[in-house]
Amino acid sequence: MQPFKPVLLEAVGVPDGNTLASYRSRGGYAPLERILREQQPADIIEMVKASKLRGRGGAGFQAGLKWSFLPKDHPGPIYLCVNADESEPGTFNNRILMEDDPHQVLEGTMISAFATRATTAYIYLRYEYPHAWNRLQAAIDECYAAGLLGKNIQGSQFSLDIYLHRGAAAYICGEETGLIESLEGKRAWPRIKPPFPAIEGVFRKPTVVNNVETMACVAQIARRGVDWFTSIGVPADPDNPRDPGSYGPKLYCLSGHVEKPGCYEAPLGITARELIDGFGGGVWKGRRAKAVIPGGISMGLMTEAELDTPLDFKGPGTVGCMGLGTAAVVVIDETVSIVDFLHNSCRFFAHESCGQCTPCREGTSWSLRMLERIRAGKGRLKDLDILLELGNTMGMMPGSTICGLADGAAWPIKNAITKFRNEFEDYIKRTNPEGWMVTDPVPALQIVGAH
Amino acid sequence: MPIVIVDGQEIEIGADERLNCIEAARRAGVEIPHYCWHPGLSVVASCRMCLIEAGQRDAETGNVSMIPKLVPGCQTPVKDGTVIVTESEKVRESRARVEEALLIDHPIDCPICDKAGECLLQDYHFEHGQAERRADIHPFTSRKRDVGPTVSLFVDRCIMCTRCVRFTREVSGTGELMVTSRGAKEEIDVFPGFPLDNKLAGNVVDLCPVGALGDKDFLYQQRVWFLKREANVCGGCSAGCSIYTEHNQDTVYRLKPRENPEVNTWWICDEGRYGWHHLHDDERLLTATRREGPAGHAGNGSPAAADETLEWADVVGRLQTDLQAAGSLAVAVSPMLTVEEAWMLCSVARSIDPEAFLALGHVPVAGDDETFPGGFTIRGEKCPNKRGVEAVLALFGSGGHSWNDLLAHVAAGKASAAWITAGYPKAWIDEATAATFTGLACLVVQDLFDSPLMAQATWRLPAVGFAERAGTWVNVAHHAQSFRQAIRPPAGVWPEGRLFWNMLGRRGLYDPVAIRQELAESAAPFAALAGEMPAIGVDLRVRQLA
Repeated sequence: MQPFKPVLLEAVGVPDGNTLASYRSRGGYAPLERILREQQPADIIEMVKASKLRGRGGAGFQAGLKWSFLPKDHPGPIYLCVNADESEPGTFNNRILMEDDPHQVLEGTMISAFATRATTAYIYLRYEYPHAWNRLQAAIDECYAAGLLGKNIQGSQFSLDIYLHRGAAAYICGEETGLIESLEGKRAWPRIKPPFPAIEGVFRKPTVVNNVETMACVAQIARRGVDWFTSIGVPADPDNPRDPGSYGPKLYCLSGHVEKPGCYEAPLGITARELIDGFGGGVWKGRRAKAVIPGGISMGLMTEAELDTPLDFKGPGTVGCMGLGTAAVVVIDETVSIVDFLHNSCRFFAHESCGQCTPCREGTSWSLRMLERIRAGKGRLKDLDILLELGNTMGMMPGSTICGLADGAAWPIKNAITKFRNEFEDYIKRTNPEGWMVTDPVPALQIVGAH
Repeated sequence: MPIVIVDGQEIEIGADERLNCIEAARRAGVEIPHYCWHPGLSVVASCRMCLIEAGQRDAETGNVSMIPKLVPGCQTPVKDGTVIVTESEKVRESRARVEEALLIDHPIDCPICDKAGECLLQDYHFEHGQAERRADIHPFTSRKRDVGPTVSLFVDRCIMCTRCVRFTREVSGTGELMVTSRGAKEEIDVFPGFPLDNKLAGNVVDLCPVGALGDKDFLYQQRVWFLKREANVCGGCSAGCSIYTEHNQDTVYRLKPRENPEVNTWWICDEGRYGWHHLHDDERLLTATRREGPAGHAGNGSPAAADETLEWADVVGRLQTDLQAAGSLAVAVSPMLTVEEAWMLCSVARSIDPEAFLALGHVPVAGDDETFPGGFTIRGEKCPNKRGVEAVLALFGSGGHSWNDLLAHVAAGKASAAWITAGYPKAWIDEATAATFTGLACLVVQDLFDSPLMAQATWRLPAVGFAERAGTWVNVAHHAQSFRQAIRPPAGVWPEGRLFWNMLGRRGLYDPVAIRQELAESAAPFAALAGEMPAIGVDLRVRQLA
């Protein structure tokens, strides 16, 4: 593994690294000032397209392409939303960026707003991030004071206001249209698409929603150039014209049963094993990993044998996971019961399902009830089949829901049961020797609500 | 014309029509089950019951390429070449799963649920569900919540289609209903201190596809499978909303809106919805009586002449005799009467006194027209047929004569007899106005209830209410709708039309359709009423312009 000097995390550990002066000393805002002086919005879109930057929020959609979906010569306002509702379990890279280097995020936001011709940007911040709120707000205030925000920034024609909006702690607000609804003051029920936000988003106006890390990447691309960015990561597969490649540095959030959990910056394409052993100091207490979540709980599970999978936008998919997601790698050691893991996962999604689409609302709650019952020693082998059917049929991919939350709920179920079926069967037979083979409906257990 | 292929069947749709898959399939006679979609509300595509397979047929090659995943029929617009598959294995499995999911938390308390028999959850489960329950057996719960003065919410029966929530936001514009909590724990609720209390609130009960929202007025009054429905028109105001009168054994149990794009779309107001109770009021006048002496005789302190109760068959001849004897006649044609009744009444009046003064009866008005954000309007004019009666009066050379003109005519002593048709559900005349008629040789009053005017009358004739009538009403927009009698009037009461028919010396049973045809043939303003009337009615002005 080549030594890699952190770029996005440059300010981490720097005293007062979150201040404007410190950010300027690292070369910050000079690219913005140059862009305002010399470049046109179309140039920036071209630059980001050329960098092949893929969104860091989870879906990995190409940022430049997303921007180009905005209507040309739109007469009304265009909005930019920065998705800082980082709620995927195991994910904390946005928090590090916002707390330790808020100006990097803001510069990226300003450049992106310039490129998309947005004059208002909203940062939708997760409720549970009070420190990030303080740091970001302080940074925004500094920018206004320094003339980097407001009307006619640095004497240019470009004006921008950035508003920090604090959510009220719901996972679904991280879904881009759920975020938009919430920002409008409504219940965060994801919208049906089309129209996509680029056509009709916040306040029914064209809107771009990008992740915090994407913004930071834009700032770095503007500072260091497209070539620097594309020199990092995994190039596109020449045999697959639809593969846009996985370029650039990525912030991996390593947590769970490792010796040194933390947020580490590495080129896209590092394998899970390299990450765990190299950055994380190996699985804790000298144990073996049983499974690893590649990018947030909704991406599913990799087994220990699959740990050499590269963590780029393509890799996790090759081993049956949904994708790279937020690159939140959670290590589960060999002592953990996979039944407990799946129960926890189901509890999370049953709690966070927004309740709009029937298959997700009822499916997440049903799967939780089954897992509750299995853990209470009343499981049946039939439950595994039902769970697997739920996993295979709920979600945006089979078409049964509006947003991807249900896919995220389904993936851990599918992966856990297909990859660890023996463990489930052993558990059920061991804990329910009398009834594991029953196929008739059984009385439900009363569940105490999480909230 | 664009062609849409529904389950292999090609149907043509209009070039400018914007239909979704559910509507297009309906044209082909295929029902795509759905809960959350309603043509009058925004599309949320959340119940996922209408998931189908859709694709596109290439115009050049004829090859069909299907979208790999299921799509919601409500959210998917059709265009030329759209292919819809509603009966594939994949679609059937998806419907069965949605049904199964909806029933996981549902109490399945159909035996005690008022919606049973007209419940989409029942219907769809029977058609698309699976017989076996796979989910754990859930402890029975049946929580009831008062959400407003007229509506109860049975919380556990709800399937979260949010039609009611969208209605209060988009149509009534009052926004009382909302969704609380999240996931499987979410519920419909009202904001504390803001109950569901608006003039269109009852519509949420019609919108509810399951038994979650109950109309307190109807709750537990009658099982729906005992009800018979008759397409009717609401008589509450001059909007003339299309309704169904749902009744059993000559008792009305509820009114429901009847879809009519020309008049009321899908809604009716609560005033109309609950405006049938007067039909079964104990105070209704049920017998025809005659009293000797001039009008107001009893009211003047003179010894009351004995009321003589008459058989209806006798009324016909004796009324005619009395009116002829009395001399110059003034007639108020009530805007509660149908066009046919008004025309017959005018004809009767002119046959008795060729110079008879004809005028529009009292027009009740309560406030101004009220339009809601969804476009629905409640009219301030609280009678259904002012336009129709005016048009009839014009045929008799009496157009423009109002109730006040009639009062002035009588006050000036130009009439010695008056025939006042009324039929208003509420009190409508005060003592002072009624005194205008005191002393007339003959005063005929036809009304539902006793009134100061009725107290003066020499002839007291019962009238009938809206569901007991048949005929045609013309609403505020000159839109005419014909309807049949839904229930029979109380025993012994003749509808006005039957009396007039007999007074005209016609044979057989009163036939409003025959009168309508005669009117349409003989009078140009009513030409549009000729032939079979469409269920949604006709615009009276159409053929006049042509």
